Amino acid sequence: MTVAHQGLTGLLDTEALRKDFPILERTLHDGKKLVYLDNAATSQTPRQVIDVLSEYYEQHNANVHRGVHVLAEEATALYEGARDKVAEFINAPSRDEVIFTKNASESLNLVANMLGWADEPYRVDHETEIVITEMEHHSNIVPWQLLSQRTGAKLKWFGLTDDGRLDLSNIDEVITEKTKIVSFVLVSNILGTVNPVEAIVRRAQEVGALVLIDASQAAPHMPLDVQALQADFVAFTGHKMCGPTGIGVLWGRQELLEDLPPFLGGGEMIETVSMHSSTYAPAPHKFEAGTPPVAQAVGLGAAVDYLTSIGMDKIAQHEHAITEYAVKRFLEVPDLKIIGPATAEERGAAISFTLGDIHPHDVGQVLDEQGIAVRVGHHCARPVCLRYGIPATTRASFYLYSTPGEIDTLVEGLEHVRNFFG
Amino acid sequence: MKLDSMYQDVILDHYKHPHGRGLRDGDAEVHHVNPTCGDEITLRVKYDGSRIEDVSYEGQGCSISQASASVLNELLVGKDLAEAQKIQGVFLELMQSKGKLEPDDAMEEVLEDAVAFAGVSKYPARVKCALLSWMAWKDATAQALGADVEAAEAERKTA
Repeated sequence: MTVAHQGLTGLLDTEALRKDFPILERTLHDGKKLVYLDNAATSQTPRQVIDVLSEYYEQHNANVHRGVHVLAEEATALYEGARDKVAEFINAPSRDEVIFTKNASESLNLVANMLGWADEPYRVDHETEIVITEMEHHSNIVPWQLLSQRTGAKLKWFGLTDDGRLDLSNIDEVITEKTKIVSFVLVSNILGTVNPVEAIVRRAQEVGALVLIDASQAAPHMPLDVQALQADFVAFTGHKMCGPTGIGVLWGRQELLEDLPPFLGGGEMIETVSMHSSTYAPAPHKFEAGTPPVAQAVGLGAAVDYLTSIGMDKIAQHEHAITEYAVKRFLEVPDLKIIGPATAEERGAAISFTLGDIHPHDVGQVLDEQGIAVRVGHHCARPVCLRYGIPATTRASFYLYSTPGEIDTLVEGLEHVRNFFG
Repeated sequence: MKLDSMYQDVILDHYKHPHGRGLRDGDAEVHHVNPTCGDEITLRVKYDGSRIEDVSYEGQGCSISQASASVLNELLVGKDLAEAQKIQGVFLELMQSKGKLEPDDAMEEVLEDAVAFAGVSKYPARVKCALLSWMAWKDATAQALGADVEAAEAERKTA
């Protein structure tokens, strides 16, 4: 560790930990070491997860909940075992509250469709209101726009303050007796903001509205306790937390999952089927029509084991230290403006910024030539760019294997970008 | 450095000192966006018969998209529609070549500064940036001239 990094506390032993991630050894563009700072888009996969995936396909691959043969029973046990692991990871009161989906988008869409087809008291119709926020990922905007268009329900949202936080000053006007559902992001993927869950949940509970929390950028980075959140639904995805792509999670309170109707119909989700009608399996299977992503669920289970073995509180501490260091270094770069909270308090490990008039695409391209991977664009949160009057941002996002040295490399890279276009 | 093959000096020059930027009087106006990165352009065309009297534009976006609009203005203003369509066709061919097309003298004669974009064609994510203004020009021209455009295109192909 160099002199500049002394005084940073709470860091994980990244030297040892990075050996778990084969891809971090990659070099590109004539021998430049990969500096992977696009973790909010997807995280890298540790050997421990890759091995479990390989072993699944080499030893246990079968369809689940159907056959009586050995492989089918092993695959089923592994799949359901992954559900147990996820349930424990998020402190769910019951494993039956964990629904596997293909990603967080599907989880969010699933809730929107449950509510669209539900009977009273959950039904969303033209006399009711839906509440979201201006900092949502498109996956937590568009499903609600669709539901609003189909049912006539009014779509409302919380705006943003200039420093990248939710403006809750009008909370009593936004969430009203007509509100059926409040859906918001726990940690913003573009601003990095950690939102004040308690204040929103309290108001939603006052008016009897359901609460859905998009925890896609929270589950990988901090301890997630669905009971402490007091939400009704929590959505997140596997590939941002060291798991494979193609697996997401929707947690929902058991009584709601019992009451609410299924969305996708098919195999696996039924009890009995006749040509006239069907009865449904109990949750979670009621919401898992068709062959599920078995290997991916098993991989997510392995990712949960991996993260737990390191400790989510330690990961959160590490990322906080890295983020604090990054904010400090970024503020030294001329013309760099952080879009979102310009502090490490109540913020996650994703930092968006602009660099003078240089377009983020150009920033990203010149950084890429130095082996540095960042995300550029509107990050599927275009309303945030509109709110701050910018076409796009460059985003650096960190994870448990990110190092202060990588922040230094990024800052040097940004100097190079400025010289190139200056 | 490989990057230099994308960010040619010619491109950076056009980016820093764009030709014909700003909106002026026109026969038709279009607004095109590149949804993946948020590049935007508003472009107007003005025709004097089949001669391009002006292409004016305003936009925001990366150096590639902005430089491309500047090159377009420099190349197409004053040209006859059929000639402009030919240039557009050659530019499109170059940009879709995935870096495999080495521009020869004949191509350079047609494209002038626009050959500098050959390197961009190696970067799939950036090709759309380079083509944004050209697609906007094509669209605006179709709106301004209507059926005449198709006639000119057909004439060019049979010529």
